This record gives sequence, C-alpha cells and structure tokens, in this order.
Amino acid sequence: MAARLLRRKALTNLSAPSSSPFSKSSFSVQRLISTLVLGEHEGGSIKAQSLSAVVAAKFLGEDNSISMLLAGSGPSVQEAAIHAASCHSSISQVIVADSDKFTYPVAEPWAKLVQLIQQKGGYSHIMATSGSFGKNILPRAAALLDVSPITDVIEISGPQLFVRPIYAGNALCTVRYTGSAPCMLTVRSTSFPVPLTSANSKSDVAPISQVDPSTFGEDMVCKSKYLSHTSQDSERPDLGNARIVVTGGRALKSAENFKMIEKLAEKLGAAVGATRAAVDAGFVPNELQVGQTGKIVGPELYMAFGVSGAIQHLAGMRDSKVIVAVNKDADAPIFQVADYGLVGDLFEVIPELLEKLPEKK
Amino acid sequence: MKIMVAIKRVVDYAVKIRVKSDKSGVETSNVKMSMNPFCEIGLEEALRIKESGLASEVIAVSVGPSQCVDTLRTGLAMGADRAIHVEASATLYPLSVAKLLKALADVEKPGLLILGKQAIDDDCNQTGQMVAGLLNWPQGTFASKVVLDKEKEVATVEREVDGGLETLCLDLPAVITTDLRLNQPRYATLPNIMKAKSKVIKKFTPQELNVDIKSDLEVIQVTEPPKRKAGVIVSSVDELIDKLKNEAHVI
Repeated sequence: MAARLLRRKALTNLSAPSSSPFSKSSFSVQRLISTLVLGEHEGGSIKAQSLSAVVAAKFLGEDNSISMLLAGSGPSVQEAAIHAASCHSSISQVIVADSDKFTYPVAEPWAKLVQLIQQKGGYSHIMATSGSFGKNILPRAAALLDVSPITDVIEISGPQLFVRPIYAGNALCTVRYTGSAPCMLTVRSTSFPVPLTSANSKSDVAPISQVDPSTFGEDMVCKSKYLSHTSQDSERPDLGNARIVVTGGRALKSAENFKMIEKLAEKLGAAVGATRAAVDAGFVPNELQVGQTGKIVGPELYMAFGVSGAIQHLAGMRDSKVIVAVNKDADAPIFQVADYGLVGDLFEVIPELLEKLPEKK
Repeated sequence: MKIMVAIKRVVDYAVKIRVKSDKSGVETSNVKMSMNPFCEIGLEEALRIKESGLASEVIAVSVGPSQCVDTLRTGLAMGADRAIHVEASATLYPLSVAKLLKALADVEKPGLLILGKQAIDDDCNQTGQMVAGLLNWPQGTFASKVVLDKEKEVATVEREVDGGLETLCLDLPAVITTDLRLNQPRYATLPNIMKAKSKVIKKFTPQELNVDIKSDLEVIQVTEPPKRKAGVIVSSVDELIDKLKNEAHVI
C-alpha cells in the first residue's frame, strides 16, 4: 500500500551522520525550530494527552518540524506509530524505538533514549505533556543533556519564553530559557487542548523510522523493573479531558455515599473527581484526586459538592469555565471562586438534582 | 545503609501568598516558612526505615541561604542523625540543586536518596528525577508506598500515576520522591528539639563540592493569575439548573 512505500522510502538511517537542523556554529537571528515530542501510547494508539505537546509545539514558531518519539515493543508500538503518522497534520516524522527494554515506559531507558535521539537529531526543543509519563521522564532526560527544563507550561510566548504556575497557581512565572539547545519543556494539557478531529487526509502520512536496535547497548541495562499497575475504570470519561467534572469532598462521609457523586456524574455524562481528603479517607482511588499535586482539570463545568475550597484543591480546578459549589457552610472558601454557589446540604441537593436535571444529550 | 533526605525551606502551605508590586517575585519576607510538606514525608519515611532496622543513619541535607539551618534543625529534631547545609545565596534551579545533591551522594554514598516529589513554592517536580539521572540510579517517583528488601538490595515502590497505582522494583542505590499518601510525618517532641541543638550540621559551598552553578533560566516576571468574575449565590436547585442551562449554557 502507498503508506508502506512511503515509510520504506523515508526510512531514516539514524546511525548515519545527519545535518543538525540546529547548528551551533552558524548562529543566526532566525533559528530553525525542530521539536521532538515524547509520545505515550496504549493498545496500539497514541494517547490523546500526548497530542497536547504537538498542539503546543506549534506556538514555538511558524516552521516547526515536529517529530514524535515512541518506544515500546512489538506490534503494539508499531501500530501506535502508524496511528501517530496520521493522527495530527503537524507531525512530520515518527521515530520508533522497538525493544523489550521499552515494554513498559520506565524512566531510565526512556531518558537514555531521548539523550541518544537528541545527540543524533539535534532538535531545538524537546517536549512532553505534563502527565505522570512526561513528568517522570523529561527532567531525567534533561539532566543527562545538562539542560534546565521548564515544566508545567501553560503559555508559550516565544520559542524560549514560557509562563508556568507557581505557588499552587496563585502566581504565574514568566521564564526565559537562556541556554544552548535543546530547550526542554512539559506542557499542561488543559492549556493546549487537542481539537477533536485533527486527523489529516490520507496523503499526509508522516514517515516512520525505526531506531537501530544496536543502539540499545549496555548502558541501557535497567535497574528498575515494572511489576504491575492498577487499571483505570475506562467506562467513565477521562478526568483529564471531560467536558463536565463532578467532585466530592470529605463531607460525603463514606465510600458508599460517594456513589451519589458517581450517579450524578453518570446523569451528566461527566467524569468523577475528588479532593485529597476524600482520597485519603479511602472513599475513592488516588487517580481521581484533583489539585496541586493531583490532576489539573479545566472542564466547561466543574461541580464541587462538600468541598471547602482549600488553596491546594483550587490549584487543580480554577481554570474551569463554570464552577458550581454546594456546601453547608456559607463561609467556605470555595464560594469565592464559584460562579454559582448553593448553600445547602449535599445530601438533599444531589437527589434533587438527579430528579430535576435534564437527561444528557 | 545510609539514607540521605533532601529538604527544602518554603513558604508555609497555609499562607496566602502575595505577588510583589514590582512583579519581581512573591513576597517572602515576614512570611511564615516551613519544611516543604513533601520533604517532611520523605524524612519521616527515612526515619521509619531506620527504626525498622534497615538503615543505620539518616542524613538531612538542604541547599540554600543561611536560614536553611532552621529547617535542618527541625529535621534533626524529628530524628535525623546529622545534617548538611550547602550554602548558596543565589536562586538555584533544580539542575544546580541536583548537581549539588549528586556531589553529596558521591561523598556519603547512601543506599537511598529521598526527596519530596515537588516543592510547594515552585511546583517544579524535577529535582529527584534529575539527580537520579546524574547518578544513573533508578528512580521511584510519586511514591505512595516503599518496601525495602535489604538482602536482595531492592526497593519495591508503589507510585501514584495518572491511571492509578504502578509498582516498580528498583535496585539499590535508588532515588525516591514522595507523594502525599506515603506517610503522616511525626511532630518533633520537645526533648528531641533540645537534643537536636547538639547534633552536627556540616557546611559546604558549591565550590567545595566542585559544582559549577549553571544559570540557563531567567525569571522575567511574576504576576497574579487572571481573576475570576465574582459569582452569585443561588437559592434553590431549580434556580441553579436554570442558570446552568439558560445563562451559562453548560447543560
């Protein structure tokens, strides 16, 4: 098929010397920008979150050549590469590292891989989305490349100029990268949403190149072994990109009561969130925690029930378009950020909402 | 086995911070400072490992201005055996801190280096990963559970990740960064605070550790986030549904 021919034709021999698009010897005002995006994949396709970095990369400059780097082993990564090659028109190349060292995305071989690919490809920028994958790997890779990374970027003002939140989002810091290439950063997916249909036409498939397996040498010996992981409930919308989020706090009092939140979420087609207190109390698992050190969300509608509104929780949801708060305490800080506040008992309000809300479209 | 714990002095988590009017930063003078909550958790974990007989010594280290000594004294009061202060007055970014911690790890040769996953001032979440990369040690970040097997010389780390919990087995020596639910830190008791006064705090400078402080980042300005428009209090569920539907158009 045409795609396969294109791939074979464009197979880059990465062990041959390549002219670096970012040449240190010829410093010119208009630097060439080329970006390496670290991609995450699952079940043979690219995770939507990874594409936020691609969307963000476009803000770095007009002519930014964006390559996506994938690592895995066997058919699943090869399938993901095929998906990556056509899932976003801005991706101009897909690089695949296929080895059993990458069966599971552990940081140590991944960081070494990024270092290797950077040494061969000389990118001006290396990016990842600021999720547990990017946060775990990119700083380690930055240390190997002797670069100060900029993490959790919410705005790109120029190829070396970024804005990031500090103090739980109560202040914004504008920082300039003044080092020599590469500039390394992670971006918040809520600040760079991925448009629903960004798949390009069939004729725009990016070439896929395979990293020469002999490059995974002795220094890739892994001292970290993946053992297991709990799997997320995939029936409900993903907290990170749901249009509506319904969150419960400690006032729910028990895991059993928390089911009311889940019912309301189901009625609205929403994702379920929780405060740190609710997770600590064991009402729900940790991946539902919204906050400074949990997930950052920015849905169209955020409904908080029995949530006091601590600074650390606000950090995770203050960028929501519409915030609704229901709390018995009229002085709860949450009412200071809520667009609509209802002072009342959630044990009465939620059943009433369940009864009166229109069915989701 | 020695455990080294890096701790940072930050604005207390309960303080409502103010951005300086000249946009140069956040107001930190006359503001309550404390040990970073994640660092407290890291120190607590080290102490528990030592108390279980798997480690011989807990060393608290901090990088920064002279006031870091206060935070280190708190660490010693919690139970650390000794402390190291790397004195540096300039703003240090994670890469420099990581290089300094690597230099100390090369000297002390701990079996575990524990850090908080992020500092609540800059929220970077980088230093642990960076020092692990520089040391070429395995890393267990965002740890919610750590179990050491001294015989096999491994640490089994359960981590909080986007999809739930992930478990890794790391060969020692290793770097671990702590997440909130790893433990509940102890309070320093008064007798321990008194004892801490006589514990040793060794001082180093970056030059003595042969670390070149690199500066490849520049803070241009610090501003307040955009303010939200004031909201309204509604009086009933009916009114709420009406507003959400007809005013906000979100349902």
